[in-house]
Amino acid sequence: MKHEDKHISSYSSLAIVLAVLLFLTAFSVWITGFHFGAFTVAVALIIACVKVATVLINFMHLKFENLFLKLLVTGVFVMFTLVIILTFVDYYFR
Amino acid sequence: MSVHNTHAEHIDSETGKLGMWIFLFTELFLFGGLFLVYAVFRAKYSAEFHIAAGELNAFIGTMNTVFLLVSSMTVAMSLTAIQKGDRKLAMFLVLVTILLAALFMVNKYFEWTHKFEYGIYPGSEVLKNMSHGELLFFGLYYMMTGLHALHVLVGMVLLSINVVRIKSGSVNSNHYLMLENSALYWHLVDLIWIFLFPLLYLIT
Repeated sequence: MKHEDKHISSYSSLAIVLAVLLFLTAFSVWITGFHFGAFTVAVALIIACVKVATVLINFMHLKFENLFLKLLVTGVFVMFTLVIILTFVDYYFR
Repeated sequence: MSVHNTHAEHIDSETGKLGMWIFLFTELFLFGGLFLVYAVFRAKYSAEFHIAAGELNAFIGTMNTVFLLVSSMTVAMSLTAIQKGDRKLAMFLVLVTILLAALFMVNKYFEWTHKFEYGIYPGSEVLKNMSHGELLFFGLYYMMTGLHALHVLVGMVLLSINVVRIKSGSVNSNHYLMLENSALYWHLVDLIWIFLFPLLYLIT
């Protein structure tokens, strides 16, 4: 009924997470200003993945959750990555 | 958590949260499908996607990213506030989140109407005369940002209900599952945008 042993994120830690996210956003805007083709795409997507992980772990409190949920979330993202890879394998080798 | 003979409503917050996460997974795959279509067509029509993406305003896109990131922090802070029993602060922070969401929508409105002025909208003559790749880009652009904007609106409604509930006291330091799940939903809206932003606005 009550939230037992609740984990509370401090205001300052949330503010730090935001600062990191804003920095990553600025960095991805800056880096995509250079046109290195596939390299730019890869860097922009890697930064996006880092940002998503940061939001999941900190804002969505995944760090406080049980192992089951952590594995579930990781599994879903792994599955989606596999779907992307398989689609492109099919697309390029058919 | 002993069983009392009171008429207290039983709230299993762990299960409630798990349910929300499972719903978020389905949302992820809803957008994931669109990302996949985008990725394949981008590979196929890279030159045309490059020209079409040049039409998008990266500044507006960046501004909206900042709005959503800050709003994600304020909603996370509202959860901290309610856990600490500060209902007033929690309500204020949820209201700030709604305001930021509204700013996002205002930006989106200007962005879309600007495109409409140039005749770029689904089914327009201008679009019909464009190349196949550009047509696909704008189709996906409207579909993905439109579906995302719809989620922003739903999030605003959910957060508004939370404001009312925090005010009435039904969401409080002991029972805050609704705020917790609404916050999770709002973070998902942010997550989707984190991928949409570089795909549509940056990688041109």
